[in-house]
Amino acid sequence: MASAEDIRQRIEAAIPGASAEVEDYTGGGDHFRATVTAAAFDGRSRIEQHRLVYEVFGAEIGGEIHALSLKTQTPSKIETH
Amino acid sequence: MSSSPSNPLPMLSGEPVPVAAPVEQTNPIREAIAQAIAEHKVILFMKGTPDAPACGFSARTVAALQELDVPFAAVDILPDPRIRQELSAISNWPTIPQLFAGGELVGGCDIVIEMYESGELAQALL
Repeated sequence: MASAEDIRQRIEAAIPGASAEVEDYTGGGDHFRATVTAAAFDGRSRIEQHRLVYEVFGAEIGGEIHALSLKTQTPSKIETH
Repeated sequence: MSSSPSNPLPMLSGEPVPVAAPVEQTNPIREAIAQAIAEHKVILFMKGTPDAPACGFSARTVAALQELDVPFAAVDILPDPRIRQELSAISNWPTIPQLFAGGELVGGCDIVIEMYESGELAQALL
């Protein structure tokens, strides 16, 4: 069973420069909510940004990881908010 | 009381489907999904139906579309696991729901809700 911390580490290890906040919102180790900030998202559509994160987990999404709810943003986006 | 004007995947409605060729040569489910995406301006692949969503993510996506009063076709992916498998192969998107407009993937629940909240969704579905 994955923990929010596992998910966070895997996202940050796979996407260069990414920082992630991950929450296990049911406490069951299979429904997660992540906010991922990465310069690698710059110039990419939301769909491409989410795909980059989903690709970290491959077939685990929909399998062991029932849900991974995502919010993606670039570092520059944060500064302007 | 479905939002769907017609069944977008009539071949999956329970009618027997003649299989004329081996599976390696044709992929009727994938073709039917691709055709449904091409033929419907707005089409949602979801768990359950708009009137009876079987998952919170699908329910939230339906609610956003209904809030905008956008007509959409809906396909329940639950009756046959091959629908989800082939859909994800076409869209390169692993989760359900998936919303398409004008033949293009708009997004899953998170993106649809984000676009709804920012006001972009109505524009994307025109």
